[in-house]
Amino acid sequence: MSSTQARRWIGTSVARKEDRKLLTGQGSFVDNMTLPGTVYMALVRSPYAHARIVAVDTTAAAGAPGVVAAFSGADLADDWKSSLPTAWLPTEDTKAPPHYPLASDKARYAGDAVAVVVASSRAAAKDAAELVAVEYEPLDAVVDPEEALADGAPLVHDDLGTNRCYTWKLDGGDVEKAFADAAVTVSCRLRQQRLIPNAIEPRACLASPVVDEVTLWSTTQVPHILRVMTTVVLGIPETKVRVVAPDVGGGFGSKLNVYAEEMLVVALARRLRVPVKWTEERSEGYLATIHGRDQWQEIELAATAEGRITAVRARLTAAMGAYLQLVTAGVPLLGAWLYAGCYDVDAYSLECTGVFTHTTPTDAYRGAGRPEATFAIERAVDALARELGKDPVEVRRLNFIREFPSTIASGLTIDSGDYDAALDRALELVDYDGLRREQAERRARGDAKQLGIGLSTYNEMCGLAPSRVLNAIRYAAGGWDSATIRFLPTGTVQAVVGTSPHGQAHETTFAQIVADSLGCTPDEVEVLHGDTSISTLGMDTYGSRSLAVGGVALYNAADRILEKARAIAAHQLEVDESDLEFDAGGFSVRGTDRSLALKAIAFEAWTAHNLPDRMEPGLEASAVYDPPNFSWPAGTHVAVVEADVETGAVDLIRYVAVDDVGTVINPMVVDGQVAGGIAQGVAQALWEEAVYDESGQLLTGSMVNYAVPSAAELPSFELDRTESPSPTNPLGVKGVGETGTIASTAAAMNAVIDALAPFGVTDLDMPATPERVWRALEEART
Amino acid sequence: MIPAAFDYEVAESVEHAAELLGSREDAKLLAGGHSLLPAMRLRISRPGLLVDVARLQDLRYVREDGDRIAIGALTRHHDLERDPLLAARCPLLSHAASEVGDLQVRRRGTIGGSVAHADPAADLPAVLTALDAEFVLHDGRTLPASDFFRGVFETALGPGDVLTEIRVPPQDGAGFAYLKFRRRSQDWATVGVAAVTRNGSAAIAFANMGPTPVRAAAAEQAYADGGAAAAGDAAAEGTDPPGDTAASPDFRRHLARVLVRRALEEAKSG
Repeated sequence: MSSTQARRWIGTSVARKEDRKLLTGQGSFVDNMTLPGTVYMALVRSPYAHARIVAVDTTAAAGAPGVVAAFSGADLADDWKSSLPTAWLPTEDTKAPPHYPLASDKARYAGDAVAVVVASSRAAAKDAAELVAVEYEPLDAVVDPEEALADGAPLVHDDLGTNRCYTWKLDGGDVEKAFADAAVTVSCRLRQQRLIPNAIEPRACLASPVVDEVTLWSTTQVPHILRVMTTVVLGIPETKVRVVAPDVGGGFGSKLNVYAEEMLVVALARRLRVPVKWTEERSEGYLATIHGRDQWQEIELAATAEGRITAVRARLTAAMGAYLQLVTAGVPLLGAWLYAGCYDVDAYSLECTGVFTHTTPTDAYRGAGRPEATFAIERAVDALARELGKDPVEVRRLNFIREFPSTIASGLTIDSGDYDAALDRALELVDYDGLRREQAERRARGDAKQLGIGLSTYNEMCGLAPSRVLNAIRYAAGGWDSATIRFLPTGTVQAVVGTSPHGQAHETTFAQIVADSLGCTPDEVEVLHGDTSISTLGMDTYGSRSLAVGGVALYNAADRILEKARAIAAHQLEVDESDLEFDAGGFSVRGTDRSLALKAIAFEAWTAHNLPDRMEPGLEASAVYDPPNFSWPAGTHVAVVEADVETGAVDLIRYVAVDDVGTVINPMVVDGQVAGGIAQGVAQALWEEAVYDESGQLLTGSMVNYAVPSAAELPSFELDRTESPSPTNPLGVKGVGETGTIASTAAAMNAVIDALAPFGVTDLDMPATPERVWRALEEART
Repeated sequence: MIPAAFDYEVAESVEHAAELLGSREDAKLLAGGHSLLPAMRLRISRPGLLVDVARLQDLRYVREDGDRIAIGALTRHHDLERDPLLAARCPLLSHAASEVGDLQVRRRGTIGGSVAHADPAADLPAVLTALDAEFVLHDGRTLPASDFFRGVFETALGPGDVLTEIRVPPQDGAGFAYLKFRRRSQDWATVGVAAVTRNGSAAIAFANMGPTPVRAAAAEQAYADGGAAAAGDAAAEGTDPPGDTAASPDFRRHLARVLVRRALEEAKSG
């Protein structure tokens, strides 16, 4: 019904409704909330990456000023009905060792919590935590996932007898034959360094007990999942648990989890009968909030002499860290179907081995598996172009998928796309030929600052996802989402959604969808989310799913509102429903001037004075949507760098991104998502790296030496779009939250190598620090 | 990021500050706080008493004093950056001050605090070493830069000593450069090179090429003999650079060579 309506708001850069509140300091973040009688939790964390916990003495801490209680892991052992949850075991024999909120036998990474102190102030709790005496027996640690697989490596979990968590395989087509027949093959061994997510708001949680009920406010992306898991871990009936995600300041996947601290504040609030609050310190977060990436990748391409890629073979060794958090084991597999990128190959094989190491657990970090895949295939395609002496653009064009929907060798089906259109536009915007000329001139002159041009023609799968597919890959939950739309008596609209934004502007963009369907303005639509007592049904926000799943549920709910409203209008106007047309927020009788506004119908539905027989009062409708496919954004990114071949410094001087994310609801919000994603992806290429020493100490323990770039390091990005609506949903939308990160790491690294290739450098680990660039140039010289 | 408990006193005068500072072994002066407070928040530094000197406004000045430019210890980086006397007669110092930290650090941080903190990676100690600055204490003693910096976060200041003034010779007509190599604009220098050139001679000092700011003696000699390229080749001689996650000692030596050459070329053309 509403699909025939003209779109007035969709496609418009409506100003973010969220910003007035946030910019005037009126947001409600968890750390701002304090209830009467609140006490504060501080954790005692292991300084060792691997140590036996011999004894924990909390006596001195318990007697310190302001202290309410202090507990060791053993003290709280009976509070847990279950280990902390892990919802994705990729194979039947995946090893999921126990993981309790406090370690009691061994510490398995530097930062593993071993005791907890509760006091009347944050400062008192922190001071008292220093008084907990823990006797450790330090043990050897292993931090590299390949070294962890070697014979004799220290074991993270003794009982398992191995550090191997799982090995998962995917095959499509005859890969062996393709490689045997190949005129050309290339192979790359690549390192996906470990990253630290760095949401601007640190984690925080506050639990308040009332009789046998508990409310948990948390900086979470997943209030619904968190409620289910609170029941699982603590045995509290779901009816007695309310979880609220108030304003949340970024997540990037790091808040898509169920953390020890969340379970601890609930358990302690119930024990102590007072509200218990914990706020992460930034340096604590570096140790205790999940990390991303950390894998070794090997990728091989088989190709014809002309450069047509016939097969891709990839092998991953992925670090899990010390324990499996919520989706740790599955993260590398979110990219497992994408190692052939947007290229039409005949055969495909991928093997991934997950490995425990004595490090902070890894889990979903923006893009989760897909940036890794794009990086590998885009680096390999550039290597193929160099091998053949061809321009990287030419090799890409030779291999693009061009017919949609397209079932790819790895087995999934791409919904829609036009890869040439994005590439054409990006090359035009960046003036590719002009840049190549300038590059040649600089090379000829022997300038200290050489130019590098890097391409990433990417696609990705997002909008998690068809529930049946998630079951097939052994993910424990579904991929649907829900929405309820409710007219209030005076004609304003509530839209209750099951997704849970933490910076994505759902209050604006979802209101735009509803406004177009119902013929009102976005200001008249209030979007409610993030509270399990208000939004009772949802699967939350991650994997670029909110619009492609939740937004479609909302659209379908609006259709149901109109269906009921039409019946009321027909009844009151005494005409047949088919004589009514909906336009400009009301129903009119075709060919007459008789009409009834939707707001008036809403009032009629509320008074219920004159409704059709047996119709229920109220104008409210719900929908649950389970998508038939993932959504498949794609595009071309071009990075331009200046590499100083004397100092090794790399400066990103231009960045062009042309993305195809289907129908765009709000161009400004999409530009913001893409720009932020590019910054994070480029950061992996040029700046960020979590470094552990051999004993498992995190050397990059603060923003001083973990180099998150600022605006000063980045150029203004040049953004544009092409549009291939998804045919699998009525809005034509695809996800956009992760595309920037997925595409940009490869573009930036390809640019660095492009600058250095004339000097003999064809490989470089990330990040491309000045020292790495200098060393690579030195090695190539000798 | 909560510091350990500490006592706090406000100094009413330089004499008062010296008295309070001398009263306890674990006392520290608090000026702009942009080095000390982060260290306290990380609990790397745990002074028992903070003596706040930030209100001693009469230590905030830049003025001519005989054949020197005198700078009060509590003059902020931002003041140095904007000072017309420095711009005219010691532009190396105002330029280097504009490269310190970020805007917030420059608005709060003081030259005296930076000198007394003696972080080998800091900008101003290296620049003041190149300028042959002198440091004046509360009791009138004066120490030359060459004798002031003793080690990482270590200076010639004794317990109870308060740095009150920094004196630099004017640089009328000299060429100058401060090249600060860092990965991000707000980072400390991986390597910093301060250079002043005049009549074929050069004064060159490094940030972060050893436990203290250090003069590049070999490069200075090589410059007099053979110019910028020769000075670059000699730049790493006698240095003892640290290794950390930003750079290894070898890479710092390499950077020193490139940056000394570039600094001298820039100083000459400027």
